[in-house]
Amino acid sequence: MRAVDALMECLKAEGVDVVFGLPGGANLPTYDAFVTGGIRHILVRHEAGGGHAAEGYAKATGKVGVAFATSGPGATNLITPICDAMMDSVPVVFITGQVRTELLGTDGFQEADTLGITMPVVKHSFMIQHPQELPRAIHEAFYIAQSGRPGPVLIDIPQDLSRAEIDYEPVTDVRLPGYQPRVEGNQKQIRQAAKALAAAQRPVIYAGGGVVNANGSQELREFARSDRFPVTCTLMGLGAFPAGVGGTPDPQWLGMLGMHGTRAANYAMDEADLICAVGARFDDRITGKLSEFAPRAKFIHIDVDPAEISKNVPAHIPIVGDAKHVLAKLVIEYRSLGADPARLDAWWSRIDGWKSKYPLGYEDSADTEIKPQYMVQALCEATGGEAIVTSDVGQHQMWTAQYYDFPEPRRWINSGGLGTMGFGLPAAMGAAVGEPERLVCCIAGDGSVQMNAQELATCAQNKIPIKVFIMNNGYLGMVRQWQELFWDGKYSHVDMGEFPDFVKLAEAYGVTALRLTDKTTLVQDMKRAIAIEGPVLVDVRVTREENTYPMIPAGSAAREMVG
Amino acid sequence: MGEPGTKEPLSLEELQAATNMRTGRKHVLSILVENKSGVLTRIAGLFARRGFNISTLTVGPTEDVQISRVTLTVDGALHPIDQVTKQLHKLVNVLKIRDLEPADTVARELALFKVTADGVQRGELMQIAEIFRGKVVDVTKRAVIIEVTGTTDKIEAFETMVRPFGLIEMMRTGEIAISRGRSET
Repeated sequence: MRAVDALMECLKAEGVDVVFGLPGGANLPTYDAFVTGGIRHILVRHEAGGGHAAEGYAKATGKVGVAFATSGPGATNLITPICDAMMDSVPVVFITGQVRTELLGTDGFQEADTLGITMPVVKHSFMIQHPQELPRAIHEAFYIAQSGRPGPVLIDIPQDLSRAEIDYEPVTDVRLPGYQPRVEGNQKQIRQAAKALAAAQRPVIYAGGGVVNANGSQELREFARSDRFPVTCTLMGLGAFPAGVGGTPDPQWLGMLGMHGTRAANYAMDEADLICAVGARFDDRITGKLSEFAPRAKFIHIDVDPAEISKNVPAHIPIVGDAKHVLAKLVIEYRSLGADPARLDAWWSRIDGWKSKYPLGYEDSADTEIKPQYMVQALCEATGGEAIVTSDVGQHQMWTAQYYDFPEPRRWINSGGLGTMGFGLPAAMGAAVGEPERLVCCIAGDGSVQMNAQELATCAQNKIPIKVFIMNNGYLGMVRQWQELFWDGKYSHVDMGEFPDFVKLAEAYGVTALRLTDKTTLVQDMKRAIAIEGPVLVDVRVTREENTYPMIPAGSAAREMVG
Repeated sequence: MGEPGTKEPLSLEELQAATNMRTGRKHVLSILVENKSGVLTRIAGLFARRGFNISTLTVGPTEDVQISRVTLTVDGALHPIDQVTKQLHKLVNVLKIRDLEPADTVARELALFKVTADGVQRGELMQIAEIFRGKVVDVTKRAVIIEVTGTTDKIEAFETMVRPFGLIEMMRTGEIAISRGRSET
C-alpha cells in the first residue's frame, strides 16, 4: 500500500477518531487516502484554526489531537498552534506536507523549511526521508506527544514519498533510547516531602496544569484532604481542585494565584513556610518580582520535567515524577505520619481573615448595563457551572478564570503560556467534537475572536454546536488597561469601535446570532441562546472601560497587589 | 504585556549587569547522540536561544556506527549551564551528556599553523615547533605549515610564540575530551 494509506492505518491503531486540517498541493496524496481511510476529517478554514481545534480536542479529552496542513504557507500557519501547544504542554501531532524530495532546498513552489522553522517550538519532530520510515515515525510521534510532559510533535512528509508503495507491517513498539520519561517519583524524596509537610505550620499547595495533564486531579484532592491543606491553582490548573459545589465555595480553596489571582492565594504564598508545587512552573505571572516571591518558604517541587525543577525558584525537595503517581504515594506517606491538623488552626484563621476581608468583587452598574464580571457569573449560572469553557486572551480570560467556578479538570481550556488571541473559538470547536455530549461555550474578546472567526463556517457546515459569547467592549481591553494604569492613560491603537457587526457576521456564516445588552434578563437570555440547536454566537455588550482587578503590577511583589 | 510594567527606560548599566552574569568557567560538554539528521541543529539551537556562545564544537563517529559524539566547549556561569544541560537531556535524540571536570579529563585539539618563514627564520621556527612537540608538515620557499596537538592552553601558547614570525593562517579543530580511568565518558 501507499505510505499515506499506511498513515491512515497507523492513526486508527493509535485510536484517532477525528482530525482537523486543510489540503494543498503537497499533501494531495494524504487527502486522497482520507477518501477511503476511515478517519473523520474536519475541514477547517485556516490551518491555525485546525491547530487550535486539535489543541482544544486534546485538552478536553486528554487524548492526542491531530492537525494536517500542506507545505509552505500551510505549515507556517501552524506555527502559532505548535508554539501554543509547546508552552501549555498539549499533546498534538502535526502532520505537514512537504515539496518533492528533488525540490528540497531549491526554493520550490510552496517550499518552507518546516522542520527548521518549528524546531525551537516542538517537543520533537520527524522529517521523513524514506517512505518505509513513516509508520514508525507516526507511532513514535504519538508516544512522545502524550508521555512525560506532553507536547507537540511534527511530522513533515515530502509529497513523492507519501505516495510511494511500502510494505506495511503494524508497528507495536517504539525505539527511543534517548527518551525515557520518569513518572514514578523517588520514594525517599517523597518521604522527605511528607515529613516537611507534617512539620509545616503554614503550608500551601500550589497546583498547575501538570496535574490536569497527568489526570491527577483525584489524587490532588485526596492529598489536600489528607489534612487541611490550603490549595491554590494556576490559570492552567483551574478545575484540578474544585472551586466549590453548587455555589458554595470549597473551604480549602484559596482561588487562583498570580497576577490576577485572589489576595488570599497571593498573601498565603507570601507568608507560607512550605510551598508544595505540583505540575507548576513558577511562571513570571505567578512569582511577580522573583527576589521577593514567597520569601519565608521552603519548596517541594513535583514535576515530570526535570528541567522545570529549580529553573526559576530553587527547590529544597525536588521530585521528578508526574502528579498522579507522586501524589498517590505522598498521601500514603503523609497519612502514616499522623500529623496533628490542629497545628494549622492559626494559619487557617489568618487565611480566612483574608478571604472574608478581600473577596473578589466589583462595583455593579446602577442601571441595566452589563458588567463584564457579571457576564461571566451569569454564564456560570446559566450553565450550572457544568460547561466546558474556552477563552481567548486578555481581560475576558482573567474574568472567566476568576468568576466561573470550575468543579472539574478539563473544563477550562485557554491559552496560558503563549497567550494566543484567537485561540478560544477553534479550541471550543475541537472540544465540542471531542466531547459531543457536553455543552461547550467560548467566552471570547471582541478583539481576539476576529483572529479566527472564519471557523464559524466550519462549525456551521459540520453542525458543531458551540456557543460563542463575545465580551464586547470595543477595545483591546487588557492593553487599554495597561495604557491607562502604566502609560499615563494615553490610549494608543486599542479602540476597535463597533466593527464588525458580529450578529451580521455570524449570520453570513450561517450561524444563529443574538445581541444582549440588558443585565436584568441576561441569565434567561443566555439560557435561551444555549437552547438553540447548532452553533450560536452571542454579542454581549459590556461596560467599555472596566479594569481587571485585583492585580500585581508586572515586576512587583504579591504584597503590592492593587485594586 | 511587556516587562517591566512601567514606562521607565531600562538603563544601560542594568543591561550590562545582566550580561555580566553570563561569564564563568569553561565547560566541556560531551554529548552522545543518535546519528540522525538535524541533531546538531537541535543542540546548537538550545544554546543560541539562551544567548550562549559555543566556543568550540566537534562532531564525530564513535565505536558504535549509530551513535555520534558531540564535544562542545562553552563559557557560562554554573546555573545557566545546568539549565541548558537539562534542556539537552530533553532532546529525544540525545542519549547522554557529561559536563567534564578538567581534572578528570584528557582533552586534546589539533591545530595547523601557516607561518611566514624564509631563510634564517625557518630554523628558529622549527626549534620552537620541536619544543611544543609540533611537526612541520609542509615547507615552501616562503612559508611552513606546523601541526600541533595538545590542550587549548598549549595551542594558544604556541600561537603566541609564532605570531611574531607572521602568522598567515591558523586552523583549530576544537577540543575532544575523554574521561580518565576505566569508566566511559
